[in-house]
Amino acid sequence: MSIDLSQFFDVFFEESFEGLDAMEAELLNLEPGTEDSETINTIFRAAHSIKGGSGTFGFVSVSDFTHVLETLLDQIRDGQRVLTAEHVNLLLKSVDCVRGLLSALQAEEEPDLSESNELKARFEAILGDESPEVVEAEQSETVSEALQSTTYQIDFKPESHLFKTGNEPLYMFSELAELGELEVNVFHDGLPEFLEFDPEDCFLHWRFFLTTTREEQAISEIFEWVEDDAEIKIEACGGLFEDESPSEQQPSASSTSSDAGNLETVQQAPAQSESATNNEQNKQAEESLAAVQKKVESVKSNKAESRKSTDSAATSIRVGIDKVDSLINMVGELVITQAMLSQIGDQDITESSIAALQEGLTQLAHNTRDLQENVMRIRMLPISFVFSRFPRLVRDTSQKLKKQVELKLVGEQTELDKTVMEKLSDPMVHLVRNSLDHGLETPEDRIANGKNPVGTVTLNAFHQGGNIVIEIMDDGKGLDTEKIRSKAIANGLINESDELSSEEINELIFMPGFSTADSVSDISGRGVGMDVVRRNIQALNGSVEVTSKQGVGSTFTIRLPLTLAILDGQLVQVATHTYIIPLISIVESLQIDITKVSKVGKGLEVLRLRDEYIPILRLYDIFSHQGAREELDKTLLVVVESDNYKIGLLVDDLLAQQQVVIKSLEANYQKVDGISGATILGDGTVSLIIDISGLIKLSGLRRPGSTELLVDLKGEEAEPA
Amino acid sequence: MIDQVEVNQQLMFDGESDEKQFLTFMMHDEEYGMDILAVQEIRGWEPVTTIPNSPNFVRGAMNLRGTIVPIIDLRMRFGINAIEYGPLTVVIVVSVKIKEQQKIMGLVVDAVSDVYSIAEEKAKDVPDFQDSDNAYFVHGLVNVGQKMVVLLNLEKVLDLSDKSGLKG
Repeated sequence: MSIDLSQFFDVFFEESFEGLDAMEAELLNLEPGTEDSETINTIFRAAHSIKGGSGTFGFVSVSDFTHVLETLLDQIRDGQRVLTAEHVNLLLKSVDCVRGLLSALQAEEEPDLSESNELKARFEAILGDESPEVVEAEQSETVSEALQSTTYQIDFKPESHLFKTGNEPLYMFSELAELGELEVNVFHDGLPEFLEFDPEDCFLHWRFFLTTTREEQAISEIFEWVEDDAEIKIEACGGLFEDESPSEQQPSASSTSSDAGNLETVQQAPAQSESATNNEQNKQAEESLAAVQKKVESVKSNKAESRKSTDSAATSIRVGIDKVDSLINMVGELVITQAMLSQIGDQDITESSIAALQEGLTQLAHNTRDLQENVMRIRMLPISFVFSRFPRLVRDTSQKLKKQVELKLVGEQTELDKTVMEKLSDPMVHLVRNSLDHGLETPEDRIANGKNPVGTVTLNAFHQGGNIVIEIMDDGKGLDTEKIRSKAIANGLINESDELSSEEINELIFMPGFSTADSVSDISGRGVGMDVVRRNIQALNGSVEVTSKQGVGSTFTIRLPLTLAILDGQLVQVATHTYIIPLISIVESLQIDITKVSKVGKGLEVLRLRDEYIPILRLYDIFSHQGAREELDKTLLVVVESDNYKIGLLVDDLLAQQQVVIKSLEANYQKVDGISGATILGDGTVSLIIDISGLIKLSGLRRPGSTELLVDLKGEEAEPA
Repeated sequence: MIDQVEVNQQLMFDGESDEKQFLTFMMHDEEYGMDILAVQEIRGWEPVTTIPNSPNFVRGAMNLRGTIVPIIDLRMRFGINAIEYGPLTVVIVVSVKIKEQQKIMGLVVDAVSDVYSIAEEKAKDVPDFQDSDNAYFVHGLVNVGQKMVVLLNLEKVLDLSDKSGLKG
């Protein structure tokens, strides 16, 4: 255990998770009975590479488990077994299970083996309980060959000078593999520290399980050349080696004699088994295999515990080579422009050189913008990364709800920033579950309403003017406005006298503590739903809306900025300071009509704006800045919205609107209340970006009671003015 | 001048492995030192952007080639009277690990002074002057020629969440 394999772990985990995703997607495509070999092959390959990788890195729990998986898949692939719905379900569960095992390993925790053991037992039950036709086929096969296949356990422990004698074990192994089905286990516990590692020495030893119809003679022939330089033991599997520990060391002197002894027993073994049935032998072999593997497992898990913990927090991203190529092109152009500009700079300034300079600067601006866009594109991934988890979710949920659902995915190639994508996933899961649970009716109800018994949920993603729009549509019963209304009245969210349009009523489902599900199910309806969804999406500077038509269906529309790294900002001036307000949260900016301002309670000023009351927050006051304009009629009010609250921010002046690159203030400093980050303006100075919801909290803290006032105002707001 | 010569001699015997180099700076006519390996660069004072509701010793944030760096007035951090910033006023940009996180910060001091090689074991513990909060920031005292240099514990000076050394 001295070669540090852990450096490859990240890659292994990443690839394994990708493999699992691929397996899941293909499994969902599988219709029992109509499987095509290509799909099965894809699944098999994914399982196989996970098994291979986990075996290499000593994650025995994973490789053991994927081994049984693979065996079943192999049989299906070879047509020895017919794929059933049960198989698909079991395989899907095992995908989850492997994912769990891998996540635990990635987090350097001891994986919980109970689930994998249970699933493994079920797989083994399926594999052991071979359908009659399969056994028959196998028997006829063996009869035709007039030979019995036997599983041999071969221990191969070369002396360290093996390579120096010109022997290449790999060739021997491939020869072995030609004899029959070969399973190779390598023991690398003899590896020395890296500094003592001599690449010309062999520190590994191997254990093979070879299932072959050939005589043992054929096996020992392969090892003939290395007989004197290695410990070789060849045994037919049959309980002979059960007592041995896999890493046990045998003195080499006795190996030849034990070889001879084993030869006999092995020769006897096939003779005995010839009389025994196929099944019995297989079972025996499997039992002894399991015993060995268990021991290996325990040895390995001890080692795993002693392994040092490493940090794997950093994630990586795969970028298409075309994106990298285009970046290199851009940089090339940039270098040319820079060369041009410096040439102009070296010359004496004349009138013509000024024109050239201006031209060069324009080109530079152009290059920079292109480069910026392309760098941003690197972080962009197709939204199918989020969408791909939904087929599974819809399948599982619809089974649980006994509803028939078809999921349509549109615009999967729409690209989105990776960080946005990661945070988008949870709200979307919530919305889709909601559509399945509350939106779609049961097949009976649908037939009664003259609809197709199979409901449709559509996920649609597209770009719209610098934003990405994601629609979650269902053709279910739509939102029941009456029910929402009565529920809202019962919860005290609105007054009975309030007259609301159906859009306004639909909006109510985003209020905290609102759930219309008749019964709380484990899928949705705990009343912590939509307000959390809205908050999460607002945290990404996005918005979520619902449109619904009773009996026809509802559509949830999520709008998000393409990236979190850049923001459209409104620069404002407060005293001598420049702040940035995210443009997306600005409702309007206006000059205050003093006659419409009134004071409420402890000095809180509100402005009546049409039929709403907007609390006025004096930014200079909240940020403790001196020298700002205090007279309401000489300042401007920027009305912003966050968490369904509208507030007015009092600023001295509005400056430019521009795109700003968001920089962290926390990285070198600490979290500042009311500030979400910083940016660098064109003149190189730092400007702070205002965090609206943080600001509301901050102002609430400074003036106790004002948050209640805000809530009260919310109630008044609904009253006709 | 004599001091200077001594210092240079000291620098020449730099080979001693247990000696560390310290950058010293002046503040309120006292000389303070900090581990030179923490220092990234020294800049002249430039106006910074105020961070609202920050402690008074945090002057604001500065753009250091694309990184937002908070600037701390060391006088105010130590509770010494503030003075007008002049042409000698410098910002020492340091990189310090605070609570497992590498942070880059700028320290405003009156002027930079010199670089000394000092064997750490020569540093004497701060006398137990209980009524001074600033003892908390001090790593040790050391004599260089005729002068006394106060060696600072940068991690404590720059850990803004740690209020234990603060007045008020």
